[in-house]
Amino acid sequence: MPKLTIDGQEVEVAPGTTVLQACEEVGVEIPRFCYHERLSIAGNCRMCLVDMERSPKPIASCAMPVGEGMVIHTNTERVKKAREGVMEFLLINHPLDCPICDQGGECDLQDQAMAFGRSGNRYHENKRAVEDKYMGPLVETAMTRCIHCQRCVRFTEEVGGVEDMGALWRGEHTEITTYLDKVIESELSGNVIDLCPVGALTSKPYSFTARSWELKKTESVDVMDAVGSNIRVDARGNAVMRILPRLHEDVNEEWISDTTRFAYDGLKLRRLDTPYVKKGKSLEEAAWGDAFAAIKKKLKDVKGSEIAAVIGDLADMESMVALKDLLGGLGSKRIECRQDGTALEAGVRASYIMNTGIAGIEEADFLLLVGTNPRFEAPLVNARIRKATRKNGLKVANIGSAEDLTYKVDEFGDDATLLKKVLGGRHELSKALKAAAKPMIIVGQGALRRADGAQVLKAAHDIAEKYCVKEGWNGFNVLHTAAARVGGLDLGLTAKGGIEAIKADAEAGKLKVVFLLGADEFDTSALKDTFVVYLGTHGDEGVKNADVILPGAAYTEKSGTYVNTEGRVQRTAKAVFAPGDAREDWTILRALADVLEVKLGYNNLGELRARLVKLAPLAATLDTLVPAEWADFGAEGDVAEGGFGPAIGNFYLTNPVLRASKIMAECVEIREGNAEEATGTHG
Amino acid sequence: MSTASETVAFAWTAENEAEAQRHIAKYPSGKQQSAVMPLLHLAQKQNNGHVTQEIMEFIADYLGMPAIRVMEVATFYTMYNHKPVGKHHVQVCTTTPCWLRGSDGIVSACKKRLGVEMGGTTADGMFTLSEVECAGACVNAPVVAIGDDYYEDLTPESMTALLDALAKGEDVKPGPQNGRQTSAPEGGATTLKDFIAKA
Repeated sequence: MPKLTIDGQEVEVAPGTTVLQACEEVGVEIPRFCYHERLSIAGNCRMCLVDMERSPKPIASCAMPVGEGMVIHTNTERVKKAREGVMEFLLINHPLDCPICDQGGECDLQDQAMAFGRSGNRYHENKRAVEDKYMGPLVETAMTRCIHCQRCVRFTEEVGGVEDMGALWRGEHTEITTYLDKVIESELSGNVIDLCPVGALTSKPYSFTARSWELKKTESVDVMDAVGSNIRVDARGNAVMRILPRLHEDVNEEWISDTTRFAYDGLKLRRLDTPYVKKGKSLEEAAWGDAFAAIKKKLKDVKGSEIAAVIGDLADMESMVALKDLLGGLGSKRIECRQDGTALEAGVRASYIMNTGIAGIEEADFLLLVGTNPRFEAPLVNARIRKATRKNGLKVANIGSAEDLTYKVDEFGDDATLLKKVLGGRHELSKALKAAAKPMIIVGQGALRRADGAQVLKAAHDIAEKYCVKEGWNGFNVLHTAAARVGGLDLGLTAKGGIEAIKADAEAGKLKVVFLLGADEFDTSALKDTFVVYLGTHGDEGVKNADVILPGAAYTEKSGTYVNTEGRVQRTAKAVFAPGDAREDWTILRALADVLEVKLGYNNLGELRARLVKLAPLAATLDTLVPAEWADFGAEGDVAEGGFGPAIGNFYLTNPVLRASKIMAECVEIREGNAEEATGTHG
Repeated sequence: MSTASETVAFAWTAENEAEAQRHIAKYPSGKQQSAVMPLLHLAQKQNNGHVTQEIMEFIADYLGMPAIRVMEVATFYTMYNHKPVGKHHVQVCTTTPCWLRGSDGIVSACKKRLGVEMGGTTADGMFTLSEVECAGACVNAPVVAIGDDYYEDLTPESMTALLDALAKGEDVKPGPQNGRQTSAPEGGATTLKDFIAKA
């Protein structure tokens, strides 16, 4: 371990550490623009210059590995002058339009110019101007502000896995661009906005809507997919202005997907902000009391066995508990959280979570994907796989349809019967799984949604048991697409026959009343003759056949417990109030219970959470991964020949919030090529 | 950068294909991308002096690399032209040593003879005039590069004569235009005279 001296302090660091990292270890701050912990080292901004003894010139600390006996000075007159010089050069062509720049107030260049720059300007010639580039509906560009740190280029190539961005021309004429001014074809493209140390790349939907210092920041958790990315919700007044990532090394590192970042305009559009009751053929606005009365009237002569409930993909555990208890009070246990008909069962927790954890992907040396496209189902899991393939040489094989996942995948074909062959032990994949020290298998919802999903699950279980479950390593993983799913399964909210039986029974008239807790992902036309109470946020699929609509709160408007695909329990926080008459879901159910004369036994969130922990003890383990016990699951039987369907339709339209979002609609339009006129002239 | 002008798909001629393979073979297998610069140059030559969108994409495809990376290289180096150039691309060096030796006169001689400004192409498509940074032949300054050859020790007169000859399609001898032997001292040897006399 090399020892070096930084500003008089001796420090011993791991070999291969850079001088900049060593400085950070002893708490010495080095200004930088191009250097980023998660990207390769470029060394092109020169802002991190420090003095090294016996070196005739200052060195770029980000690119210099530490050496035994190095003596570094970061506070000499020469370092000060070097920083001022670099800063002056960077500012020569920077427009200094901070007052009209969205980055103003949270800009690295602005901050570092204040801290390390000269106070005056000696450059009186014309500055260069650069034409703005078009990068799609999410990223706004002001390329004159660019200082060519190339973070965006490195990010899209290294993390995003798409070679869309580059730096053209040279010297003073350098321009950062996407190839032919096209959209960045990455689900993580919004992260270049955070990475940009100046205001060259900013958020297009957020542009000129707010200043960073007038926003109220609330730390929360995302529900657009089952990753549970940690986010910060920035609100002004009662409006969410933007969503940014929060650092969580084990979940999303510091990235978020584009749906997570840009879904927020969907929180304001197509919202249910008042109760509705069906009168004749049309839904009419109603007061809360009238809506509850309508439900009470209907339930008067309905038996418990004629009531069912379906949980949507964005539901928090608190409202699930309240709904479960309410239904229990009405004499029904029929409550179903698997809208998509997946074959997962509650009970054995190891059967429905990602046992390795997302960070565990980095430990694995072999990965078998079964019927999943992580790029769209969970972009951050995909980014983690890509990282592991690049850093640790993780080998990835796929049984399922061949898609571009941004890394090399050995395709074995889209046929479920392959699973049995792998289990047989003579298949190429069996050998690879056997040879690996830490093999893992990720089963997607596309594989489990088939008619023989339970058999597929069993086959995956057997493969995992044979190859992937070892001392201290459980390589069996299920990748979810719905934020509410693991929570629902933890609460045991599955009904016999699943969603199909509910639909069939409703059509046959055996079900009289169905509660939908934001359930919008299945065809509700089967419920057209059933009395449907829809509790949710958006006018989407679920309201089409609803008889009473109760407006609920979205994930930014309530504190709710969610369990991500790894089984990690996390909580959202209330950043804004629900619009209009909408209320937090559990309070609606609590009030409805009063009307229906059902005793729920809790009057505040604390009491409700105590009940939640009683039903699902793991809900108390906030932000920890509790290893799940391995057991048998799935159903014996043959697996039919044939491929796996996709788990989700359009990546940008997977839930009611996204479907309401205009930004997402634009993303879809651009990719479908319907918006050719917009391309290139929009920016 | 020209984009729409060429729509014809690019393909190697048989000999250039062989030449391209010769370049690729210089690098270890799997590192064929290292050949991007000679291939761009080869393609530029085949395409009468400039590279196009199609050529960059063709080479990206040929070498199995993203098109944007080829474009980065092709735009970084000034020796790749992105607009059509004349049959003779006259590249006048105006960096300090050439300038001290009278490159200003060479530039004005060219402008006068060709009737175009810097960066311009003559109406007949014979000449394109451009200014380049140090051509690396300072010992024979002032220097002009035309096509693959250097013409050195120029004067406005010899420059005009050179262009006249090229315009007529005559053969012109590359190298010093003042009778000097390569970069030997002007007017004959200055040292080792005895040795030369004996030899």
